[in-house]
Amino acid sequence: MNTHGLIKGAKVWAFGDYIDTDVLAPGLYMKSSTEVIASHCLETVEPDFVKNVNKGDVICAGKSFGIGSSREQAAQSLVYHGVAAVLAPSFGGIFYRNAINHGLMTLICPNAKQITAGQHISIDATAGSVCIQETGVQYSCEPMPKHLLAMMVDGGLVPHLQRRFAN
Amino acid sequence: MAETSAQKIIAHAAGLDKVVPGEIVTCSVDLAMIHDSGGPRRVRPILEKLGVGVWDPDKVVLISDHYVPAVDAESAQILDVTRKFATEQGLPHFYDMQGICHVVLAERGHLKPGMFVVGGDSHSPTGGAFGCFMFGIGATDMAGVLATGETWVRVPETVRVEVTGGMPKGVSAKDVMLALCARLGMDGADYQVIEYTGDTISTLPMSERMTLCNMAAELGAQTGIIAGDKTTAEFIRNAGAEPSDFGRWLTDPQALVRSTHQIDIAALGPQVAAPHSPANSAPVAEVEGVKIDQAYIGACTGAKLIDLRMAAEILEGRDVAKGARLLIAPASQKDTAVAAADGTLATLTAAGAIMMPSGCGACAGYGAGVLAEHEVCIASTARNFKGRMGATNSQVYLGNPYTVAAAAVAGEIKDPREFLR
Repeated sequence: MNTHGLIKGAKVWAFGDYIDTDVLAPGLYMKSSTEVIASHCLETVEPDFVKNVNKGDVICAGKSFGIGSSREQAAQSLVYHGVAAVLAPSFGGIFYRNAINHGLMTLICPNAKQITAGQHISIDATAGSVCIQETGVQYSCEPMPKHLLAMMVDGGLVPHLQRRFAN
Repeated sequence: MAETSAQKIIAHAAGLDKVVPGEIVTCSVDLAMIHDSGGPRRVRPILEKLGVGVWDPDKVVLISDHYVPAVDAESAQILDVTRKFATEQGLPHFYDMQGICHVVLAERGHLKPGMFVVGGDSHSPTGGAFGCFMFGIGATDMAGVLATGETWVRVPETVRVEVTGGMPKGVSAKDVMLALCARLGMDGADYQVIEYTGDTISTLPMSERMTLCNMAAELGAQTGIIAGDKTTAEFIRNAGAEPSDFGRWLTDPQALVRSTHQIDIAALGPQVAAPHSPANSAPVAEVEGVKIDQAYIGACTGAKLIDLRMAAEILEGRDVAKGARLLIAPASQKDTAVAAADGTLATLTAAGAIMMPSGCGACAGYGAGVLAEHEVCIASTARNFKGRMGATNSQVYLGNPYTVAAAAVAGEIKDPREFLR
């Protein structure tokens, strides 16, 4: 991803509605490091995810992705595996913030569930558009608010604050 | 223009005359609550990286509740970091092993109408019961708050839930929330604030109001809120603090709300949520007869003094069924002390309940009392997500404390009203 919030030809993982934080970061492993927690990411719904996900892949999911706990390991686990963006019609409110705070692009896309696993998509977060490479179908999504996009391209809240404190 | 309570509080915290829903504003934080799991162990490295300390120690409340008491070297280490952080940062409000954060925060008089509060936990909406705007954030967000004393917020729309009628026997605030989860779904109030109104609300004690706001999280809401009134002021006074002027923060009668939902509590019976979502709720009759291995009364949602008393009403003179186990983790040390003094604890233990430490415990699969594969549990907690309380294929049902206690006695899910006749 470059500084304008562009992603090109990323492979899609597809999930249903209500992928909650216990599915993304199971409570049983919360004492452990992000690495250990991440190794159990999504295992209850897609046991092969951790094995087969590649850096730069994106997730297209149903409504309320990341609903549940405030544990940001849910977002960090996806960042750990190199997931570049999550597209969903809606997000758990805390997850949405956590994701951006860790530099993970989160896009509100009403049609995210129509995008299927294995397809490749290109995303323009500023314009709010998604294009499926295989079919040429385009969907619109809510453009990311400017200051959140700025934080995300900085790599998240901490680098963003580091800049602020340096000034 | 007429405004909602949330708009008034956010505008004040943002130093603006007015804010409108959808607008993103930066607010000064009146209070930040953190706990041992998402708190020091996660924010300390970030503060070190930024080279700053806590912006205002007096505005921070630190509570250890997730890994208490330590059960192994890792949890002991997490608690050690928590205690060291309190000392390093000179935090005057550190409650070590005194109970679950949302309950302790309230009972120690930290919450007042009109405050803009963030909590490092998703059940932070609980604090909205005190007429403040309190919502949950993650650890990095919290580190940002601790470093700067401010955070951004998207001004939410308001959803009104009007609760009317008298509370029937065997029913509690929990049932209102389970019924709402079934009706609206887990995204029924996405990013919005749920304001609870109606004649029932004014009759409810603070602990039941807290349960209503607590489970706003299960509707996807940013938070819940209940206008301050005499009951709020009395609770704050009893907690040793001075109540604020609540009239200033009330929602104007003409304020725009996104939707209004009515609940006639008089017509509501006990509800139970089947695995693996609070939205799978239905009247208890639909799941009666499901055999249980464990009944769990615990968590910020369902183990306050009032919840323990509900369970005791059922357990009085009865025994936990053979083959079932009843675990009870009171929400706070204060609640435990009162329950010990008034005989509630004796009733629970005489029935065979196993008393657990005050803390988040098994609710989130952190503490003692987690489930084995294929085990079935009914809990007074807020969430029954897959694998949350232990093994991936364990099954968790949610009910009010009467229903959980009744299941413990029967060894299977049962309408608790049969024990209250």
